[in-house]
Amino acid sequence: MSLLQNMVDIVRDNWLLLLVGQYPNGPLGGILATIVLSVLGIALAFPLSVVMALAGLSSWRALRWPVTAIVYITRGVPLLLIILWVYFVLPLLIGHGVPAFTTMLVTLVGYEAAFLSEIVRAGIQALPRGQMDAARALGHGHLGAMRYVILPQALFNMIPSILSQFVSTIKETTLGYIINVPELTFAAGQINNRLLTKPFEVYFILAISYFIVCWTLTFVTTVVERRITTRRTFDQSAAAAAAALATTSASASGT
Amino acid sequence: MKGFDLMAVLLNPEFSRMLAHGLKMTCIIFIGSWLLAMSLGMTLLAVRMLPSRIADGFVAVFISYHRNVPTLVQLMLWYFGISSLLPDSAQIWLGDHSGEAVFAVIALGLCQAAYFCEDQRSGLRAVPKGQWEAARALGHGYIGAMAYILLPQAIRNAMPALVNHTVSLFKNSSLAMAIGVAELTHAVKEVENQSFRPFETYLIATIAYLVCSLLLMWLGHYLEQRSRVAGAI
Repeated sequence: MSLLQNMVDIVRDNWLLLLVGQYPNGPLGGILATIVLSVLGIALAFPLSVVMALAGLSSWRALRWPVTAIVYITRGVPLLLIILWVYFVLPLLIGHGVPAFTTMLVTLVGYEAAFLSEIVRAGIQALPRGQMDAARALGHGHLGAMRYVILPQALFNMIPSILSQFVSTIKETTLGYIINVPELTFAAGQINNRLLTKPFEVYFILAISYFIVCWTLTFVTTVVERRITTRRTFDQSAAAAAAALATTSASASGT
Repeated sequence: MKGFDLMAVLLNPEFSRMLAHGLKMTCIIFIGSWLLAMSLGMTLLAVRMLPSRIADGFVAVFISYHRNVPTLVQLMLWYFGISSLLPDSAQIWLGDHSGEAVFAVIALGLCQAAYFCEDQRSGLRAVPKGQWEAARALGHGYIGAMAYILLPQAIRNAMPALVNHTVSLFKNSSLAMAIGVAELTHAVKEVENQSFRPFETYLIATIAYLVCSLLLMWLGHYLEQRSRVAGAI
């Protein structure tokens, strides 16, 4: 049980470092930095991904092909290599050095946008075709129909997939460790370098911390998914009941 | 900044040797961990179907751990953590026999086994229940019904997910550089440090990864097409 005792001691001595890093006296780090990085990453990637999805579904080849190319490249190249690219190209593009946090954020936004755009595209394509036809018949243009009819429904159905992409993003922020982004894995590395003799305990605490965060979010995703499915089936049965009622009343009034 | 010259990296014997060795290590780690993941994934699925709640719970915990902890953290836990708990003689042996590659294969393989197991389980669940009943009615036993009727259909259902996860396993092999395995991404960093040509080096690596991933996707698509049965849903 000395293993457990050691782990409790390590957490008691370093909980602030694991939670917020060296924050008031240094950069934000720890779990908080991991979460800030993932939330910003997904939030900034989301609008980009909707634009990419619309471009990918467009009938113009000039819009469709670049998106397809970007999606295939991000699916085929390891995130680590993309981080190295951004780490090297971004300072050249803007002319001065960039903090590791920003490098990681830019990489995540690009990477997640490509994956989210596939989710958004699938969500749009999963809607019945009649929705688009009906919106066009009511006088909406293509973009207006997307904005007021298609996207609100598609995005609602996509909430579970977006949440699970958020969990993946949290796991992907660990790669920032390679370029020294001060987040949770980095904090554990610092503790391990200071203690030197207890690597198993330190990295097991790290694994448990990620497990708690990701497992909770996965659980929330499952609950949300269940509620959305219930609501959709309820809507459908309500619609079916209304339709049945309409036919009965129509036939009743017909006689 | 020197002018763009791909050949300065490719034709340099030292650099091209390092990159080729990196690609070889990437392939070794990918194939090793894929085999481990596939066999372990199938074993876990078989254990999960035993009529025992303890076995089911054990597999559920295994899968939940490997899916909710980042792969990099799992690698670090194996290489820095679990290796330090081993007896000294084992640590020395591993140090002499490129232990970092061994741990990379174990960590990546265990992690991916969880995903493969889940893929096959959902593939199996998608097979209609009537297939099972029909197989039993025709006189197959449990093993016969599984081997001849259910598993072939389950694997067919699971193919797209298995291919996706195979590609992501290939991409995840790059994480092994964090524990010092001399695979492709590691070689890229080394060559870049020595040649001062990051643009050319990254481009070569990107193309190498992209070609391999696209080949895997294409192979998966080909197998999917081939295993499709006419008239099946």
